[in-house]
Amino acid sequence: MSQGKLDRRAAMAALVADRGEDLLVVPGLGSTTWDLAAAGDNPKNFYSWGAMGGTAMIGLGLALAQPARRVAVITGDGEMLMGLGSLATIGIKRPPKLAVIVFDNGVYGETGMQPSHTQSGADLVGVARSCGFPVCLDVTDEAGLTDLAARLKGLRETLFARVAIAAEEPPRVLPIRDGAEIKRRFRAALGLNA
Amino acid sequence: MNAPAQTIVWPDRLFESLKRGNVAQVGYVPDAGHTRLIERCQADPDIHDVSLTTEEEGVALAAGAWLGGQRCALLMQSSGVGNCVNMLSLMRTCRFPMLMVVTMRGEWEEFNPWQVPMGGIVEPVLKLCEAEVYRAREPSEVEGIAQRAVQQAFGDERIVAVLLSQQLIGKKVWTK
Repeated sequence: MSQGKLDRRAAMAALVADRGEDLLVVPGLGSTTWDLAAAGDNPKNFYSWGAMGGTAMIGLGLALAQPARRVAVITGDGEMLMGLGSLATIGIKRPPKLAVIVFDNGVYGETGMQPSHTQSGADLVGVARSCGFPVCLDVTDEAGLTDLAARLKGLRETLFARVAIAAEEPPRVLPIRDGAEIKRRFRAALGLNA
Repeated sequence: MNAPAQTIVWPDRLFESLKRGNVAQVGYVPDAGHTRLIERCQADPDIHDVSLTTEEEGVALAAGAWLGGQRCALLMQSSGVGNCVNMLSLMRTCRFPMLMVVTMRGEWEEFNPWQVPMGGIVEPVLKLCEAEVYRAREPSEVEGIAQRAVQQAFGDERIVAVLLSQQLIGKKVWTK
């Protein structure tokens, strides 16, 4: 796939700007969690410090449980590759307000920028399309990002998007890391018994 | 054992326990031993049945369900327990409830030796993952154990596994 130019922090900020009360965000471990924290803390973020390969499925369980709210999974290419089967699983259920967005820089940033499979041609958009996602986008420029942000605001069909970001490593912004507390405050923000 | 399928009632007792426990999502990898329970879940309009490509997906599904206020159960065969191990870290770290219902292979009357290595370590592996482990050997035990497992998983927010012995399942059910 084409190497990306988009700035990951700016892309995350664009996606969660004016997010509204109903947007729930599930980032993957590592960089996308730091990106989301950098965009501003929110109890409706379920930050991840582990569970590699599980992010899209956390999003599915959440979307099925909360059909009136929008759920955005925003993860990295390495994390998505570890849970590729979950795209087939989501393709069966297709919750209309679930978006799976992959920040693809073609490398494993957290472990030292080793090449990921997308750099050798693994086509995540093609995988999502073949798994039955009704909307599949390949976002490579500012116009595409603006379009994705607008679609996320009015989400009505299960959406997959690959966002081609540059392979850079901005300074880490670390959110809270106590998993029980991240869960507790997320549920409390939804009005559930903490 | 080896009773005709229509006289086997424990899967229905399991299903009723899940319903009484307000389980609203059920993840599974298709499994012969769980056939009837899976069919009951698929037929229930108040349950999201989620067919998984690997059991590990179901662990993350259960975390998401609980974040959104729903209870999720995960059905699998003993080989699937091995596929869940790292993802169970998510449940331990965040104290998510995790109810696993496991049909055992690799023990009684097992024809396939490839099932034996994982089947033989299911209990210690689950205990290392800080799961509470129950085992049902007789049909009469299933309902009581399931009831307790539901209460413990969702009431105490912890990992609870119900193992269904291969002897309970019977070889006719899983050998087609």
